[in-house]
Amino acid sequence: MASKAIMTDRRALLGAPAALLLPAAARAAAPERLGFDELYGTWSVTGLRFTDKVKRLAGETVTMRGYMAPPLTAEAIFFVLTNEPMSICPFCSSDAEWPPDIVVVYLRRRALPLDPSHRIDVTGRLETGSWTDPESGFVSQLRLRDAAFARG
Amino acid sequence: MRRSLLTALSVTALFAAQAAVAQTIYPVDRAEILAGARFDLKVEFPGLVARDRASVTVNGRPIAEVFGREAEFIEREDGQPASSIMLRDATLPAPGVYTITATDGEHTASVGWQVYGGGQRQARNVILFVGDGMTVANVTAARILSRGIREGRYNGRLTIDDFPQMATVGTSGVDSIATDSANSAAAYNTGHKSGVNALNVYPSRARDTLGHPRVETLAAYVQRTRGMSVGVVTNTEIQDATPAAVFAHTRRRSDYIPITDQMLASGVDVLLGGGSAAFLPRGVPGSRRQDERNMIDAFRQQGYTFAEDAGSLAEAAAQSGTRRLLGLFTLGNMDGALDRFYLHRGTVSRFPNQPDLTEQVRAALQVLERNPAGFYLMVESGEIDKNNHPLDWERSVYETIMLDNAVRVAQDWARDRNDTMIVVVPDHTHGMAIVGTVDDNRPGEQGRDHVGVYQDAGFPNYPPADARGYPPSVDVSRRLAVFYAAFPDYCETFRPSLDGQRVPSVRQGNVYVANEAFCNQPGAQRREGNLPRTADSGVHAVDDAILRAWGPGSERFRGFVDNTYVFRGMAEALGLGQ
Repeated sequence: MASKAIMTDRRALLGAPAALLLPAAARAAAPERLGFDELYGTWSVTGLRFTDKVKRLAGETVTMRGYMAPPLTAEAIFFVLTNEPMSICPFCSSDAEWPPDIVVVYLRRRALPLDPSHRIDVTGRLETGSWTDPESGFVSQLRLRDAAFARG
Repeated sequence: MRRSLLTALSVTALFAAQAAVAQTIYPVDRAEILAGARFDLKVEFPGLVARDRASVTVNGRPIAEVFGREAEFIEREDGQPASSIMLRDATLPAPGVYTITATDGEHTASVGWQVYGGGQRQARNVILFVGDGMTVANVTAARILSRGIREGRYNGRLTIDDFPQMATVGTSGVDSIATDSANSAAAYNTGHKSGVNALNVYPSRARDTLGHPRVETLAAYVQRTRGMSVGVVTNTEIQDATPAAVFAHTRRRSDYIPITDQMLASGVDVLLGGGSAAFLPRGVPGSRRQDERNMIDAFRQQGYTFAEDAGSLAEAAAQSGTRRLLGLFTLGNMDGALDRFYLHRGTVSRFPNQPDLTEQVRAALQVLERNPAGFYLMVESGEIDKNNHPLDWERSVYETIMLDNAVRVAQDWARDRNDTMIVVVPDHTHGMAIVGTVDDNRPGEQGRDHVGVYQDAGFPNYPPADARGYPPSVDVSRRLAVFYAAFPDYCETFRPSLDGQRVPSVRQGNVYVANEAFCNQPGAQRREGNLPRTADSGVHAVDDAILRAWGPGSERFRGFVDNTYVFRGMAEALGLGQ
């Protein structure tokens, strides 16, 4: 509320359109939301295919709502976003398996992991295509880069 | 005869125990080995040993003389200051008692093995059904839900209820009284005890999970010596522990990519299950691989017909030329009967045309029977266990009914042939028990107030089973009261989980806590776990498993048997090791 009040004052003082004074990210329209059920249009045993929406939004900033899977380290810059809370740490148990519709998140800044039962909104630049994380060897098809998250 | 052999073995066991600080020998003491079956002989010395000081003998003769070739001497195994001797693919063709002695010049250790051979072949084919985690309560509940019960008498019997032979099975491994599916299935497929997470190897000190001493599987033995066909049918991922135990060798059951590659090399003729993710090249969304190999194409190049749903499976199996068949019906585990037919949860909407075990067994038999030399078919109902773990008893019971339905398909096929032995066995159990009913019409606020025991339990009011053998609903007002003996922190809801498989606990930091989604349901009660807080679900029980058998050769299964005897019984029925 405080920052909004300051903005209002500035606008009043300078008489300039608010959009010019806002940071670049906020100046654009709010990022488009992308749901987990909108990631893949075709599911088959020979693979999944991205939806037209994913293809259109590749390279754009999007917001996705999901759950942070238990990360590798106490301070994470890399984590996996899942549609449902993962009760199993995939790296810790030999039986664990990932659902195919996961998104790897690379945070802009390190953050402490959240409880995996908390829903979060993650905003970042959508990247598509197969990619192997050089540190963990984790292979992903969808990523959110330069991302930040907040409780959803 | 058997008694005298065992007495001789126990003498060497005593000797081995006294020398336990010395070298370790694989196969371990008291191993029972099928005559002619391959095994890796490994001796691990605790420290560095000079090559000319180390020696291994079999009944007093050097191993080079016994096995016809020199063993490999590894001065520093994995670069460590400890020496080993390894002889891959050893065989002992003659039945008898063998004493293996290893010395480094100062310390000596011995183990005893019994090598056994089969008699006359009684069965052309063997079908092994594994009810993963199937507990007595699973079978009782399956009978109640599928056949109904009135005034204490069941309105019908399960197929497995009429199997004439029964035995209790001890499931413990070399490392622990508590087993897992890999260890247990390895015992069924090789006749050797193994350790938790290990598939058809002895857990040794090797660092490479693929480098441990291997033991030959029944599948490889019958392919190699009899030209028989082999089939693997499951409703889990085809790389999961029980199906993988038919053909794979690894210390770590989660080695899905090597397991998939070994599957291709194994030449197993029929492979039906889930788990296509490990077949897809890395670049394809849904893949679990880290390389660009397309394993479905690799199987096609080896002459396999590929099926991806119930329709193409039936079609491929019906083609008279189909001798090799790969069917993968989901990326991960297949969906269970309750979700597929009634609740439409899980991945059913994405993979709506999955076959069920009955269709898979029918297709497998159609292809395998084309080999006049006979076949070994392993069928797993793996979702029994996968639902017992999260305390989701309704789903585990539907999968038990699924198993029974699949057994009926096999028995109907085999009934007039008199050449096929069918064995139905759990690989381990769970601490699951039916104690009465839960009646919504009993007074009280909490779920426990609705539990009726003894005369208050009465009978549940599930609707009669449909043509498939399942009641079309589990959401009834008077249902079975089923509880598990071992559990993490969770909330007991006293009612089925209709929105999808139950998730009893969720991770919080390094421990698991009750999943609040279930705690908020009316009547739910918080239960503090009796397992370590690192446990995310229920666990396997050490209790004996109940084996049932039918057909020629099945008469040998009675009383108490070790899980290794399941292999031996199948091998003897097939007349192997002569």
